Amino acid sequence: MLKDIFQYEFMKNAFLAILCISPLLGLLGTMVVQKRMAYFSDALGHCALTGVAIGVILSLSDLNIAMVIFGWIFALILNRIRRKKLLSSDTVISVLASAGMAVGLAILSRNGTFSNYSAMLVGDVLSIKRSELLWLFILLLFGTGFFLYFLNSLTAMSIHETLAKSSNIRVNLVEDIFSMLIATVVMLSIRWVGILLISALFILPAAASRNISENMREYTAYTIIFSLFSGILGLVLSYMVNIATGPVIVMIAAVIFFGTYIYGKK
Amino acid sequence: MRKIIKSCGLHCIKIHDLGVSFDDKEVLKDINLHIHCGTITALIGRNGAGKSTLIRAIIGEIPHTGEISFRNTEDGKIRDLKMGYVPQSINIEKNTPLDVYDLITSFKYKSPVVFRSKKIEEEIKEALTEFDAADLIHESIGTLSGGQLQRVLLSMAVMDEPNLLLLDEPVSGIDKNGMDLFYEKISKLRDHHDLAVILVSHDLDYVLKYADNVVLMDKTVLSEGSATKVYNSPEFKEVFGEIYNA
Repeated sequence: MLKDIFQYEFMKNAFLAILCISPLLGLLGTMVVQKRMAYFSDALGHCALTGVAIGVILSLSDLNIAMVIFGWIFALILNRIRRKKLLSSDTVISVLASAGMAVGLAILSRNGTFSNYSAMLVGDVLSIKRSELLWLFILLLFGTGFFLYFLNSLTAMSIHETLAKSSNIRVNLVEDIFSMLIATVVMLSIRWVGILLISALFILPAAASRNISENMREYTAYTIIFSLFSGILGLVLSYMVNIATGPVIVMIAAVIFFGTYIYGKK
Repeated sequence: MRKIIKSCGLHCIKIHDLGVSFDDKEVLKDINLHIHCGTITALIGRNGAGKSTLIRAIIGEIPHTGEISFRNTEDGKIRDLKMGYVPQSINIEKNTPLDVYDLITSFKYKSPVVFRSKKIEEEIKEALTEFDAADLIHESIGTLSGGQLQRVLLSMAVMDEPNLLLLDEPVSGIDKNGMDLFYEKISKLRDHHDLAVILVSHDLDYVLKYADNVVLMDKTVLSEGSATKVYNSPEFKEVFGEIYNA
């Protein structure tokens, strides 16, 4: 039966894409959850539309570049405002995300052309092409490298910022770089994953893993296993029952979360 | 910390005219302190007097005016000051997936915390031994008691031999027994290592018993000296009332 599924080129490509995207989102998700940035990744996803809109206005041939640069600017502005501590983080993020998304929607819906972009909402991993896979693979390597390099600092900052500073960790710089990394990954994978689901893929595997992990090694390992498992099973199931792939993956990840939650309580 | 050195009393940390303002509000001003190695300096004062702010300014987390220098009085050279810090509390939940090894590695080492290293583990164990916490190395930090966590944080703070150890209200959430143990440990550290301790404390009894130097603060230094001297000052009576007659 699996042989039937993978006789199609698009299924093979989608499978390879999931092998790249899901562990990367999971891995970064461990720190998104640890640093309580769930809202942040969600907001970035919503603002992807604005990135696209800017690209369209400037009539750039490659929308990815516009999206990534916009994502970086958004992330950096957000960090600046957050550090002022005048508003609580979730408020700042919601304000910027709603505003960003509204601008994106407004521009893209001019002359009733939004349907061209609505696929971004749920994403479509089945439409990925061979040439795009290479970029995803590079993103995986690059993202993992960055992540490992900054992992200790990020962990330390999540425990206590002042303590991290007293250990000579450049807290603001590391936070900015990590935010830009998240922005890059969100913007480059959003077409396949979908705006509505991207933060679920960051959060769910890591959250499930926290239910049963006692140290960082277990936390990271279980997160990657859960990400890959829900990604691959989701792809196969979605093909069999003919449902969009993204939601199926998220549903499986959610089931894993509740399973580990109950198991972890024991 | 491996070496046991007798403190020499020759190093001096000098805080000169330190001030901190948030926006337009002056939080600290004209702080002048000399802190010698081999002594415990306790910062006391009412809530909001700027004790924690002073600690954060010394660490360099918040910008300040004035100067902090570290001088070796024997040859008069100014050296880089190495600091250890123990915060009031840390951000953890019960299910935070970090054990003591992960905690210390993330702050003190470059090698990614997910790849366990035998060598790092040995070093951490050695550091924990000084505070009787070696057996906690694989415990999840969310499950540690207040006292256990305190010992782990102390081990981490002194593991690369700081010249100055900063303790910010370190005794909250710990019972009397734990407090005694904590102050005993700090005194031992002072006696056997070449370091100075600055301690923010709310407990005037412990300060009286253990501190060599007491600084009463309210935005600036109100009174400074031995505990007996400070506790008998009019400024002290103004802040804390007539409860103490030391």
